[in-house]
Amino acid sequence: MKIIVCLKQVPDTAATIKVKPDGSGVETEGITYVINPYDEFALEEALRIKERLGEGEVTVITLGPPKAKEALRTALAMGADKGVHLSDPAFEGGDSYATAKALARAIQGLPYDLILCGKQAVDDDAAQVGPAMAELLGLPQACVITKLEIDANRKKAVVHRQIEGASEIMEVSLPAVFTAQKGLNEPRYPSLKGIMGAKKKEIAEHNPSSLGLSPEEVGLAGSKVKILKLSPPPSRATGKILEGEPREQASQLVKLLREEAKII
Amino acid sequence: MNFELTDEQKAVQQMVREFAREEIVTKAAIYDEKAEFPWEIIHKLADLGLLGIIIPQEYGGAGMDYISYALILEEFGRADASIALTVESHNSLAANHIYLAGTEDQKQRYLVPLARGEKLGAWALTEPEAGSDASSIKTTAVLEGDHWTLNGSKSFITQGSVAGICVIMASTDRTLGKKGISAFIVERETPGFRIGRKEDKLGLRASDTAQLHFEDARIPKENLLGQLNQGFIDTLRVLDGGRIGIASMAVGIARAALEDSLKYAKERVQFGQPIASFQAIQWKLADMATQIDAARLLVHQAAFLMDKGKRVTKEASMAKLYASEVAMRATVEAIQIHGGYGYIKEYPVERYFRDAKLCQIGEGTSEIQRLVIARQLLGREIS
Repeated sequence: MKIIVCLKQVPDTAATIKVKPDGSGVETEGITYVINPYDEFALEEALRIKERLGEGEVTVITLGPPKAKEALRTALAMGADKGVHLSDPAFEGGDSYATAKALARAIQGLPYDLILCGKQAVDDDAAQVGPAMAELLGLPQACVITKLEIDANRKKAVVHRQIEGASEIMEVSLPAVFTAQKGLNEPRYPSLKGIMGAKKKEIAEHNPSSLGLSPEEVGLAGSKVKILKLSPPPSRATGKILEGEPREQASQLVKLLREEAKII
Repeated sequence: MNFELTDEQKAVQQMVREFAREEIVTKAAIYDEKAEFPWEIIHKLADLGLLGIIIPQEYGGAGMDYISYALILEEFGRADASIALTVESHNSLAANHIYLAGTEDQKQRYLVPLARGEKLGAWALTEPEAGSDASSIKTTAVLEGDHWTLNGSKSFITQGSVAGICVIMASTDRTLGKKGISAFIVERETPGFRIGRKEDKLGLRASDTAQLHFEDARIPKENLLGQLNQGFIDTLRVLDGGRIGIASMAVGIARAALEDSLKYAKERVQFGQPIASFQAIQWKLADMATQIDAARLLVHQAAFLMDKGKRVTKEASMAKLYASEVAMRATVEAIQIHGGYGYIKEYPVERYFRDAKLCQIGEGTSEIQRLVIARQLLGREIS
């Protein structure tokens, strides 16, 4: 079974994010980068399917600057077999649509039975690339899955989706695009041997022309959404400590909740 | 001259840092309090190849370089020095001694399970009456037909009660002193080999330390490790690598002290401002950071030379001496910066302080390190 996993390199979830003074982006100085955590669930699931079936190939693909190759190497160290890196200045500044288009084009040139993505990237939280890619590839999709079972004949899959107050179970014909939610699995760490072996694995490079795309179709030029400005969330107001006897504090609290917070 | 880490070294550092953050840091205080050996974590280390870091892949290890090894132990030292000591003594002492001195058959039988993490290793030199004066060990090994008979006791043995495979130094010719010492591979199940008292320690409480007793313990003849009466020479080579390990762990402890102090100094308000704004605190932080960098550079120098196949006796001793003293100073200052909060168990700096002390004692005290360095400087004719 050939599985493609799309992943994105994002700032470490433990990093403190600062918006640049001009609002054009975030400060990248001193930030460490990791594989988007939801994409790690997707990768882990792909590796487990391969291990369960005892055969198969997992290809990881990313669109990003040269630095994003680290994320591919980490994925290869975790056990993926091949990497594909869409790296070119022309890809920069792309929105979810432009990214999905470039990824879909790269995937069209590869053999696959299943495509897995994270449900969203934790940097821009757009949750668009997976579904958009499925549309562009003309494939069925199921998003935010917490369980995935491949049918014995490998022609269809049963997935569990988290929906409001319930779990939805769907049968989907393959190939299909699934996006992974937390709870799907517990991702592994790359082993030392995996890290040592990763450097020998192949990473194919692509630019717009090798994908048959014009520079106008990718990156900022090919985007439908333009980011005007980033601003940090408003800083939290300092808390209030009530004083006095419990009875007085309680009445003060009710007063504040009613008059100031206006929630009761 | 190039201070950049390779891609693999960065990847290893990042993996261990994340693993330590997710799987170790939050549990360190609990294991410390209970003085419990963290088997759950050790099994995970085995799966990741961290019990065979420096052992070549042909013997089940990861075949990594000493710079990577130093980076890994620094991360463990930062998270929980007990884990660092376990990983260090297993890799550097037990496994590495068998790798350096073992026959092909011994490597297949004993090194492979150690490197794969199927068994833990312990390495036993110290005795109740032979600490810094390691050459005066009283444990004896006598060849009787097809086996050696071991008698004696070992003390302060890391992994003493949890190891499946032990490397034991014993006197094979009392008349020759340190030139009559040999090493033996002893399996846990050997009749006449008994685990003695488990030590209740000041620090590194989640690392296992126990006494070992040998009462007519019969070891197969072929379990002599290295040449007869050459055990002490091999021991010195083994300790060169071990000292890089202890030094790395000490850098990690010192870094923990600094990172926690930086965080606390920015949060703690006195006289209406964060204490980090006071020069008295700033100077402490500046000294800690400078010394930590200097210690790490000494460690990486020794590791770099080791990777080049050079003898590193002096450099490893310098790194171990300096890094362990830096760890001690940094942890003392971390408590001072934390004030009363540093003295209670709510914050981990008191644990760093207790853990740091061992770095000045284990695998050669600071005094022995100075002797080793001086002998390397002066040559044999003076000492």
